[in-house]
Amino acid sequence: MNKLVLFIAFFWLIGITIKLLFGFDSNQMVFSEILIEPNYSSWLGRDDYGRDIFHRLIDGFINSFEIIFLVTIISSFIGVLIGVIAGYFGGKLDQFVRYLTTLFMAFPGILLAIAFAAILSPGKANLIFALSIGGWVGYARLARAQTVLIKNLDFVKASESMGSSNKKIIVNHVLPSLKTPLIVEATYAVASLIIAEASLSFIGLGLQAPAASWGGMMRDSVRFLLVSPHYALFVGLSIMSLVYCINFFGDYLNHKWDVTKN
Amino acid sequence: MKNNFSLIIFSSFLQILGIFVVTFFILHLIPGDPIQVMLGESAAIADQMKLREELGLDQPIYKQMIDSFLQIFRGDFGKSILTGMPINDQIIDAMKNTYLLALSALCIAIIFGISGGLIAAKYKNSLIDRVIINSSLFFISIPHFFLGPLLMLWLSIWLGWLPISGMNSPFSIVLPALTLSLGMLAIIIKMTRNCMVEIMDSDAVRTARAKGLKEWTITINHIFRLVLIPLITIIGMQFGALLSGAVITETLFSWNGLGMLLVDSIQMRDYPITQACIFIIAISYVFVNLFTEILYKFLDPRMKSI
Repeated sequence: MNKLVLFIAFFWLIGITIKLLFGFDSNQMVFSEILIEPNYSSWLGRDDYGRDIFHRLIDGFINSFEIIFLVTIISSFIGVLIGVIAGYFGGKLDQFVRYLTTLFMAFPGILLAIAFAAILSPGKANLIFALSIGGWVGYARLARAQTVLIKNLDFVKASESMGSSNKKIIVNHVLPSLKTPLIVEATYAVASLIIAEASLSFIGLGLQAPAASWGGMMRDSVRFLLVSPHYALFVGLSIMSLVYCINFFGDYLNHKWDVTKN
Repeated sequence: MKNNFSLIIFSSFLQILGIFVVTFFILHLIPGDPIQVMLGESAAIADQMKLREELGLDQPIYKQMIDSFLQIFRGDFGKSILTGMPINDQIIDAMKNTYLLALSALCIAIIFGISGGLIAAKYKNSLIDRVIINSSLFFISIPHFFLGPLLMLWLSIWLGWLPISGMNSPFSIVLPALTLSLGMLAIIIKMTRNCMVEIMDSDAVRTARAKGLKEWTITINHIFRLVLIPLITIIGMQFGALLSGAVITETLFSWNGLGMLLVDSIQMRDYPITQACIFIIAISYVFVNLFTEILYKFLDPRMKSI
């Protein structure tokens, strides 16, 4: 594994350990040290309210992972359910699901999430809902393709001719084969969700102040680009390095299990 | 081919219909009474009634839907709640700015992406190749809202070459266009390079060399024509990322486009504008995809036989 990736993972691990051991308050303000540069007491400096940037980054990390974890669980569950059913039973149902995914793919990137986050009041649950609503499509397409592939293999046909029920085939043959491609897909999805969540917070649709969120911090930091560029740099570097790490991990899994080839 | 073609047209039509339905229901998904959300709870009953009537919310839902469909079909996006003025002019201005930004970003990405990819492939495994490939990996993983501030910091605060934001000078477009284009540029470089390298080693190119064709002719006629096909697909796919990236980039650089209008309207709770912005961004994406798909069919001789 790449040394840089290990270093970044290690950095976040230390941060979370500090949080768990000492339980700092990321909203604690020190007005005499507003926008101060990195020093011994605050490793990455302080923001415009005199709050420790490192502490806020850790809290933002925990907040966004809570959201992203739930979004991944919800959207992968819905996606797999729809995809497997459509792929396995085929026919009209499959056609309908195909139209449904085409429809959802008409909205570029995070536009659908923006639309739903805009009309629902800002908050954690609504943010999770807004991100999940477009998130299931990728999983559904993957699950459908894999199910169609598996369904036509000889051993599944054999099992079918021996009188196995549909439920038994899905549980014993289809779902296990989905495991590895799904984990790889989810890894890449987490990386793009980090950016999506931060983008929503950046335009003011994510977690509301004073809760720490990376997108919100990024938006605040841009206003102080002239006087304290370190603020924007640290926030941006955190997001970017984490996304890079997760993508790297996804590539690693992809290589290891040879998912693309299958 | 004809069958395939009508399928594409049909699915685009379906998408447009779907976009319309989703944007229509945005107003109806507001928790509680949309009128109270827009005007505030303390608004006078008469004002509430007036707005409800204006937006047609007192009609049965199927009638609302048909009315708003006909309205959009005529190219009328309704009135702003905040100012009471028709929003068409505002939307069209914003649309022009966004398309200008997106097309500039697209041009930068295509010109530098393809030439970068060509250079990297020509000098395969050399130092130039490695520099180009590694820097493009960097640009793929950098989000717009970080790349923007970085470019601001470098090109306008430290070097003072370009205006930091707004749209007052003709050079204002450079920073947002760069921010928007670099991710796509990196993807185009990677794609061009990998395709070129693959095709350069193929039998067809070796035969062309053996025939004694000039290196230049081989590069353009034999290699580049084949690279163009996957390239167009990826550009079409990436255009969506460009449009949704425009929301962030425009907000960051105060560029008066659809993205900024969208974000502003959300903050002002001016929902007709929100609806119109989302509708237009999504529709543009569908049309670009349709165009790509058609172009693809014309370029790839293999597709014609299907």
